[in-house]
Formats: sequence, C-alpha cells, structure tokens
Amino acid sequence: MKKFQCMICGFVYDESIGDPEHGIEAGTCWADVPEDWTCPECGVAKIDFEMLEFE
Amino acid sequence: MNHEPVVIIGSGLAGYAVARELRKLESELPIIMLSADHGGFYSKPMLSNALSTGKTPDTILNGDAVKMAGQLKISIRPHCRVTAIDQSNNTIMLDDGEKLSYGQLVMALGADQICLPLEGNAASKVLSVNDLDDYRCFRDALVGKKQISIIGAGLIGCEFANDLVSADYQVHVIDIGAQPLGRLLPPAGGTFIQNKLEAVGVNFHLNTSTQCVEQVGERLHLTLANGETIESDIVLSAVGLRPRTKLAEMADIKVNRGIVVNQLLQTQSNNIYALGDCAEVEGKVLPFVMPITHAARAMAATLAGNPTPVHYPAMPVLVKTPACPTVVSPPDFSISGEWHVNVDQDGVKALFQDESSNLLGYALLGTATKEKNMLAAQLPPVLM
Repeated sequence: MKKFQCMICGFVYDESIGDPEHGIEAGTCWADVPEDWTCPECGVAKIDFEMLEFE
Repeated sequence: MNHEPVVIIGSGLAGYAVARELRKLESELPIIMLSADHGGFYSKPMLSNALSTGKTPDTILNGDAVKMAGQLKISIRPHCRVTAIDQSNNTIMLDDGEKLSYGQLVMALGADQICLPLEGNAASKVLSVNDLDDYRCFRDALVGKKQISIIGAGLIGCEFANDLVSADYQVHVIDIGAQPLGRLLPPAGGTFIQNKLEAVGVNFHLNTSTQCVEQVGERLHLTLANGETIESDIVLSAVGLRPRTKLAEMADIKVNRGIVVNQLLQTQSNNIYALGDCAEVEGKVLPFVMPITHAARAMAATLAGNPTPVHYPAMPVLVKTPACPTVVSPPDFSISGEWHVNVDQDGVKALFQDESSNLLGYALLGTATKEKNMLAAQLPPVLM
C-alpha cells in the first residue's frame, strides 16, 4: 500500500486507510480514487498530491 | 474573448492556484506571472512544521520558476515588482520601467507580517517568516542555537513553537492575550492547548507584551511589560498579517481591510481581480488555504469567460500542533450565539450555537478532533 501527500497542506492519503468519510473505502488504490476527489484538509485536487516513499 | 494575456501579480499559493486552474480551462491563453521573489512554487503552510516533517528550505521548494513555467505553460518573471496599475490603458508599470499590457489582471499579492514597534538596540534583529526566503534565513540562524523567543501565540506562533520544541529548542512564547489562539478558541480551548504545549516544553508568557530587545554579547535580552526578562538566541515575531493593499490603493481601487472584491472576485474594475490573503471577499478576509482553492476555481472560470461567483462551504482550519491536534471553524461572530464547551482529560469539544441550537462554528482539540468532518457537515456555508 502506498501513501500520497498533498503538496499544499501536507495531508497524507494512505491507501490502506482510504478516506471513508468521503466515500473512499480503506484499501482503495490511488489510481482508483476518483479524479474529482479533493483533499479533505484543504480542498485541492488529486493532481496536487505526490507519492511519498514507502514507510 | 480577447487574447491579451492574463497577468497574475504574485507567485504564492493564490497566484499559482489561479494559474493552474485557468490553464486547465484554457490551453492557449497567454498567462504571465510576476513574482517579487524567486517565483518558485512551494506551500507556505509547510514552513511552520518543516522541522518535525524533516523538510529543509530546498525540499520545501516544489519547483523553481523555470520548471513551473514549463509545467503550466505560463511565463514567469521572477524578481519583478509592479509599481503602478494604469486602469484606463490596461497596463501595469514594472520596477525596471517596462510597461506591460493585460487583458485581465489578478492581484494575488498576499499579506505582510505585522511588525510591532519595539525598543532596544536589537529590535531590528527580530525575525519574521512570511515566505520561503525568510524561512531560509531563519533556518540558517537556528544553526548552533538553543533558545528561541516567539512574539505572538496565534496560529503561526503556536505552530512554530511546537515545531521548534520537537527539534529540542527551548521556546518561549509571549502574547498580550490571556491564552494562546485567542482569536480562534474559547478560553477552555486556549487553556487546553496551552497545557499540552507546556507539557512538551513550550514556556508561555501571557497577558504581557515585549517592550525591548537588547543585544548583550551574542545573546538577545527581551524585557517584557510585566518586568520579566528572557534571554534568547533568536527572536521570531508572529503577531499577525496585514493584507497588501498599497498597489490597489494607488490605483484608486477600493480597499477596506483587504482589496474589496465582489463574489466574482472582481474589484470595481471588471477586468481586475483579487484573491487570497490580500483580498476582502464580500467583507471577509480569510488568510487560509481552503478559501484560496475555492476562489481560484471560481476565478479561473470567470477569467475563461464563464462568470462564476465563489461559494465558500464551511472551511475548518487545522492548527498544525502535533502536541495538541486542533481544528477550528471560527464562527461569524456578527451572528449571535454562544459557546457550549465540553472538556475532559483528552480533549475539548466547543460548539458555537445560536438560540435554536444551530451549529455556527466549532473548536475541537485533542481526541474531539475525530468529530471534525461529521460536525463540519452541520456547519453553515461561509459564503452562500
């Protein structure tokens, strides 16, 4: 499972956690997160995230 | 629509957000970004927690001006200041004497750190961090030092305090108010975050102000209004922001606290716009990231020829203090209501409600932050 970080606010999308409060189930791959999903912390688009190193 | 360029003054989050959103809608429209500094892209909120996230000024920079210009297919002019706007000719004057025409002009000027008048021979050595270049100076100054005093216990002061103690600096925070985050939190919340930050080593000096900063040898001595003195290596001022409005004022563009714009983010000149920390949208100055994201999307559509008013949903603000997770949705205090506060050992849940128990705002600290999304759904929009 990979993690992606919002370049704007630092929020981390962790595939193993997903974003259940916004309809993204745990285990959802980044590629399957809808394009219109936005950062739950600052509202920027999916494109403004970058992959973090494996931890 | 005309194909005169869209000129964006400012390369902060707001300027870049507009450029990015507009480029998505208009692949060919010329976009020129003017920057007073290096013009590279970075996220300012990351400056206040860079030590604990292991970032340096170099890694905070996401892309320099050359890279960003290529990526967004825009022209970026670094180290370039605008000295005047000539509305009747749709031109701006640059500091090198050049005149530049615009079809539509976007002011994304940001805000200045407020600089308190201080006495003492070292008043000019007080640092503030408002951009990446400032932050670079601050990080350079930190090398080999131990004690930092921060003037101001607001959002930025508290975030820096937490970040610095996490990197083993000794930190003093001075504020004229009775509690940290006085403009955002009810007293119980202020006490809670104060206790949590004290537990990780932050020293608060509240209900007092800094009067004098004197250099004594290598060190700086602060004298507070209550008579206390603090010895420090570095003094950082973080007492608040003032929207940059001078350029607009000189061009007779209406200014109040910020540059006055309507819901289309237009000034009274319908091809001059403003957003971000410099703008006052329908009476609101909101110096946070979330409003910029919303404003940039609406503005880009308007600039592309599809007039789109900005709407703000509830926009809770995260305070990046890992010692005390905090989320605040500041209520519009012009609407009457009162705080209903629940405090326990692990958190504070403060709800600002009107007489009919409608939720108007909240402050959540510690474990109560878990409810932030559920409660945010009950909040009224900030701007319909």
